[in-house]
Amino acid sequence: MTTQQKTATVTARTGRNRFARQQAAAGWLFTLPALVLVALFVGLPVLMAAWVSVSGWRGRGSPFSGDVPFVGLDNYQTLLAGGGLATQDLGTALRNNLWYVLLVVPTQTVVALLLAVAVNQRALKGRGFFRTAFYFPSVTSSVAIVVVFLFLFGASGAVNQVIGWFGVNGPNWFADPRGVLHLLLGVVGVDSGGALADHDVLGISLWEWLAGPSVAMSALIILAVFTTSGTFMLLFLAGLQNISAEVGEAATVDGASAWQRLRYVTVPMLRPVLFTVLTLGLVGTWQVFDQVYTGTQGGPAKTTITPAYLSYTASFEQQQWGQGAAIAFLLFFIIVVLTVVQRAFLRDNR
Amino acid sequence: MTAHLVRRSLGYAVLTVLALVYVFPFLVQVANAFKTDGDATADPLDLLPLPGTTAAFTTLFTQLDFPRAAMNSAIVAVCVTIGRVFFDCLAGYALARLPFRGRSVVTAAFIAVIAVPPVVLLIPKFLVLNQLAIYDSYTGMILPLIADAAGVFIMKNFFESVPRSVEEASYLDGAGTFRTFWSVVLPMSRPAVVTICILSFQASWNELSHFVVSRSSPDLNTLTTLVATLSNGGAFGQANQYPLKLAAAALMTLPVALLFFVFQRHVMSASEGAVKE
Repeated sequence: MTTQQKTATVTARTGRNRFARQQAAAGWLFTLPALVLVALFVGLPVLMAAWVSVSGWRGRGSPFSGDVPFVGLDNYQTLLAGGGLATQDLGTALRNNLWYVLLVVPTQTVVALLLAVAVNQRALKGRGFFRTAFYFPSVTSSVAIVVVFLFLFGASGAVNQVIGWFGVNGPNWFADPRGVLHLLLGVVGVDSGGALADHDVLGISLWEWLAGPSVAMSALIILAVFTTSGTFMLLFLAGLQNISAEVGEAATVDGASAWQRLRYVTVPMLRPVLFTVLTLGLVGTWQVFDQVYTGTQGGPAKTTITPAYLSYTASFEQQQWGQGAAIAFLLFFIIVVLTVVQRAFLRDNR
Repeated sequence: MTAHLVRRSLGYAVLTVLALVYVFPFLVQVANAFKTDGDATADPLDLLPLPGTTAAFTTLFTQLDFPRAAMNSAIVAVCVTIGRVFFDCLAGYALARLPFRGRSVVTAAFIAVIAVPPVVLLIPKFLVLNQLAIYDSYTGMILPLIADAAGVFIMKNFFESVPRSVEEASYLDGAGTFRTFWSVVLPMSRPAVVTICILSFQASWNELSHFVVSRSSPDLNTLTTLVATLSNGGAFGQANQYPLKLAAAALMTLPVALLFFVFQRHVMSASEGAVKE
C-alpha cells in the first residue's frame, strides 16, 4: 500500500466517523423535543399522581410541601374496604362501567366488521357515500354528539316519537335510573334479589351489581356504538384490503355461503385487526368521561358515574385529591390487566 | 337470476336504512337549530322548519361568548397541529433512520407512553401545570397536547418505507442531516404528513377533558368546554333551550366536517398506515 492510498483510507474513515457522529447528534436533537414533552406531561404526571395517591393532600398549596402527610395505602383502603360512601361510589362506578364495556365492545366490533364487509364489496355502487356516512360520526366531537343525543332521547324526543309509531311508550331516557336487566327480570316475575341482596361487593349488593345498565346508560351505550363503529370500520377495511379477493372466490366455488365465508375465511384472516380493535375498544370504553361530563353528570341516581368521572369529581369538586389519584391508578391497573390478559389469551389460541 | 336480484336490492335497502340511521341525527340537529324552543319540543322530527328562525344563532353570538371560544379553539388547534406534526416528524425520522446510542431505549419509552390511558392523567396533568405555573394559560392548554407518542410511531413507520437512496444522493451533494430531512425526505412524505395534520387538528379541536383541567377562566373557554357547560346546565340554568345547544353543536362541528370532506381520501386511508405493523 502506498502512502497516498493509506492517507486516502484514513481520510475516508475519519470522514465516515465524523458523519456517524453527526448523525448520532442529530438523532438526539431530533428526538429531544418530543421526548421532553412526553416526559413532562406523561412521565412526570404519573410519578406525581403516585405520590398524591399515598398522601393526604387536600388541594391547598403544593402537594410536595413538608406539611403534606404520607398516609401510605389509606386512600386505597378507604376506597376498596372503607365501606363508606367512597367505597359505594367506586363500586357503583365500576358496575356502571363494567356493563358499558360488556355491551359496547362486542356490539361496536360486530357492527364495525359487518359495515366493513358490506362496503368492501367491489360490486357495491356508492361505496364512497356509505363509507362517508358511517364514518362521519367518528369525526365530530363527542361534546356535539352528546348534545344531539340528549335532544334525540328526550321524553318527547325524536327516538320516542319513532318508537311511538310502533305503539311503544318510550321512557324518559336520560332521567330513568332503572336497570335494564332488572326490568327484564321483572317481566318474568323476579322483582327482588333474595339472597343476592344480602351480599355486598364494594358497598353494593350483588342484586344491584346485576341491575344491568340503567336506561340512561343504555342511551350512552347506543351513542358509543354510533360514534366508534365508523373508526373501527376503517381499521377492518384496511385489513380486508390485505386479503386477496381470490380467497373468498375460492370459498364460493367450494360452495360456501356468505355466512360461512365470513365465519371461516374472513374473520380468521382478520385476526390481527380484530385484536387491535378489541384492545382499543377495551382501553377506550374504560375511559368514558366526555359523555358523562357533558351529558348526565353521573345521574340519574349515580347510574352513569364512571371511574374516570368519579376520579375527576373526587379531586376537583370534593378536594379529595388522594382518593381521586388512587381511583385513577385503580383504573390504570384495570386497563393494563385487561390488555395483558387479552394478549395472552389471543396468543394461546394462535 | 331473480333471486339474485332480490337479494341484491335487499342488501342495498338494508345499507341505505343503516346509512340513514347514521346521518339522521345530524339532519335533526341542523333542522332543530332553526326552530323555536316550543317547535323543537313539540315536533323534533320535522326536518323542514319553515319559516324557521335564526334566533338561536343570534343568542350564541350576542349573549354567549361564542366567537371568543371559537377563536380560542382555533388558536389551540392550529398551534397543537403545527407543533405535533413538526415534532412527530423529527422524532419519527430519528427513530427510523438516525443511528444513535440509546435509540432502542427511547423507542421503548415512546411505546410505554402510548399505553398510558389519557383519562388517568387528568389529575396529574393539572398538578404538573400548576407546578410549572402555566395553569389557566394558552401555554398550559397547548404544550401538553403536543406530546404525542402515537404520531411519532406513525411517522417512524412511514419513514422506514422511504428508500434510502434518496438521502444518500442528498448527503453526497453535501447537505446536512436536517437539510436532507427537511428538503428531501419531508416533501416526499406529503401523504403521511397531511394525514397526521388532519388527525391532530381533529383531535385538538374536539378535545374536552384536557381543557376541563388545564384552565378555569371563562376567557379561555374553547368551543368544547363552552358547549359542555351550556349542555350540562351551566350557562342558562336548567332550561331546555335545545335550538341554542344544537346550533352551537352544529357550528362547532362545521370546521372538522369541512376538513373531513375536503381531505376525505386522506382520512379514509389514514388507518391503513396506522394498523400495518
